[in-house]
Amino acid sequence: MRIAVLSGKGGTGKTLVSVNLTAVAKSSTYIDCDVEEPNGYLFFKPKNIQEEEVYIQIPKVDENLCSGCRKCVNFCKFNALAYIKDKLIIFEDICHSCGGCILLCSEKALAEKVRVIGRIQKGSSEQVTVYTGILNTGETSGTPIIKKLLDENKPEIKNTTFIDCPPGSACIVMESIKDADYCILVAEPTLFGVYNLNMVYDLVRLFNKPHGVVLNKCLDGENPAESFCVENNVPILGRIPFDNDLGSLNSNAKIAARESERYKVLFSSLLETVMKEVRHETTINPQR
Amino acid sequence: MKQLLILSGKGGTGKTTIASAFIKLSGAKIYADCDIDAPNLHLIMAQNIEPKRTDYFGMPKAEIDIDKCIECGLCKENCRFDAISNKNGFMVDPYACEGCGVCEAFCPVNAVSMKPAIAGELMLYADDNNVFSTAQLKMGSGTSGKLVTEVKKQMRTMESPDTKLAIIDGSPGIGCPVIASLSGVDMVLIVAEPSISGISDMERIIKTAETFNTKIGVCINKYATNPANTEKIEEYCKEKGLPFTGRIPFDPEAVAAINNGQTIVDVDCPAGAAAKEVFSSTMKLLIKESDGADA
Repeated sequence: MRIAVLSGKGGTGKTLVSVNLTAVAKSSTYIDCDVEEPNGYLFFKPKNIQEEEVYIQIPKVDENLCSGCRKCVNFCKFNALAYIKDKLIIFEDICHSCGGCILLCSEKALAEKVRVIGRIQKGSSEQVTVYTGILNTGETSGTPIIKKLLDENKPEIKNTTFIDCPPGSACIVMESIKDADYCILVAEPTLFGVYNLNMVYDLVRLFNKPHGVVLNKCLDGENPAESFCVENNVPILGRIPFDNDLGSLNSNAKIAARESERYKVLFSSLLETVMKEVRHETTINPQR
Repeated sequence: MKQLLILSGKGGTGKTTIASAFIKLSGAKIYADCDIDAPNLHLIMAQNIEPKRTDYFGMPKAEIDIDKCIECGLCKENCRFDAISNKNGFMVDPYACEGCGVCEAFCPVNAVSMKPAIAGELMLYADDNNVFSTAQLKMGSGTSGKLVTEVKKQMRTMESPDTKLAIIDGSPGIGCPVIASLSGVDMVLIVAEPSISGISDMERIIKTAETFNTKIGVCINKYATNPANTEKIEEYCKEKGLPFTGRIPFDPEAVAAINNGQTIVDVDCPAGAAAKEVFSSTMKLLIKESDGADA
């Protein structure tokens, strides 16, 4: 069972929700797909870390074989190749690794080489298995890291798995929720929060994912995120209050559900609601 | 014209809150929102104007003509993005397709063609005084860096010789849209948040910005929520020799202002007062160091 946690807007509490739900789910898996700014490991402080590099394949040129025909240069839709002063130049940063130039070169002057763009760490924290994807600074796309993180965990997922997604609604988020069985949208009661909630709400519907909303940072009085859910008939899975104790635990990278009985109760009851929803959705939509 | 970019690494630290305050305080006539994944600045800065909208075309997407297709499978075999499936005939998943054109090049019967695809929308809000450039990426789309570049380009088309300052609101993270927003700016102001996560993310965005040799300033938002971490951030800046431009408190009145579609300097509140100080030291930094470079 894979449950993705997303929000559109940053800082609404994706990591808070996914870390604490994983922690109360006991024997479960946490995957941090926010590879640009991973934070979950700061909370779990996983032990027995195994690390693996993630690389992409990019072309390299053998100048002795290159005839200067420019077939590759003309082909590359990303303008990652140029032929300047009798020399083929490859702009590694903008290469999308499609492999087209290598396939097209009639002189076999191009071959593949690997370029490391980041790494994956696997470790454990109590009964939780923690996966973290980390993009190297200066690299533009973390999508290959997310693909690897999720592919590796595909076979026989007996454990409940929580996927902590990046902010936004672009390709990198789509990749993170692609194989999810259920999506939790975390919303905060602000003008910005509701606007971005609307965006991810569109995204999960576009990909036909069953979903529900967790209202975070709830204060007394009107909650625009709640009104949004009511208007659109989106199930509200739970409410997390805006409170200083929780804020302080969280800002010190402590797992609230492990530190305090009160939050353990709160997140356990949220987990129960989530699992009930997930089971309900998978029974009415078994093909998923 | 000087361009000031506001970034944070971590989301939700207050980039847009500070950008909107700075636009108000500086009277900047030109500004942009480069957070095209989840734009918000228009909710504060452009409530009553209708923008000029332009479709943004990203990379073209492959399309297979089933009538011409001989089902040889070469396209699927050579696609690195797993974008081609064969369930009821060969088909392209437009979300997975990156537009590289390999399938088109290898199809022996010309059944594949690359079709233009809309990947988002550019918006330009302009009246007699102000120009505001922004965009919204289409759900699940790639090529976000290119759209960011278009937003900045659109902003600059309205620049005049007496435009002194442009303020650019950035996106969270350190990837493609952030890197595209960094190129060509004169200074980056990083809005940090005093949490362990915030510090980790700040360090990564600083590392990313440093590769551009851009001037960097750091300020802290919601500083009183964790005084120990606030200290750590200031200490970090001192060690790295990064100018620190001030602290802004967490302030319920500021939250209320934003929710009413106002900037935090439109109301009389502690966060607004602190933002004014951060603004003046940031501007000093932006101007002072550039004088040094000119001399």
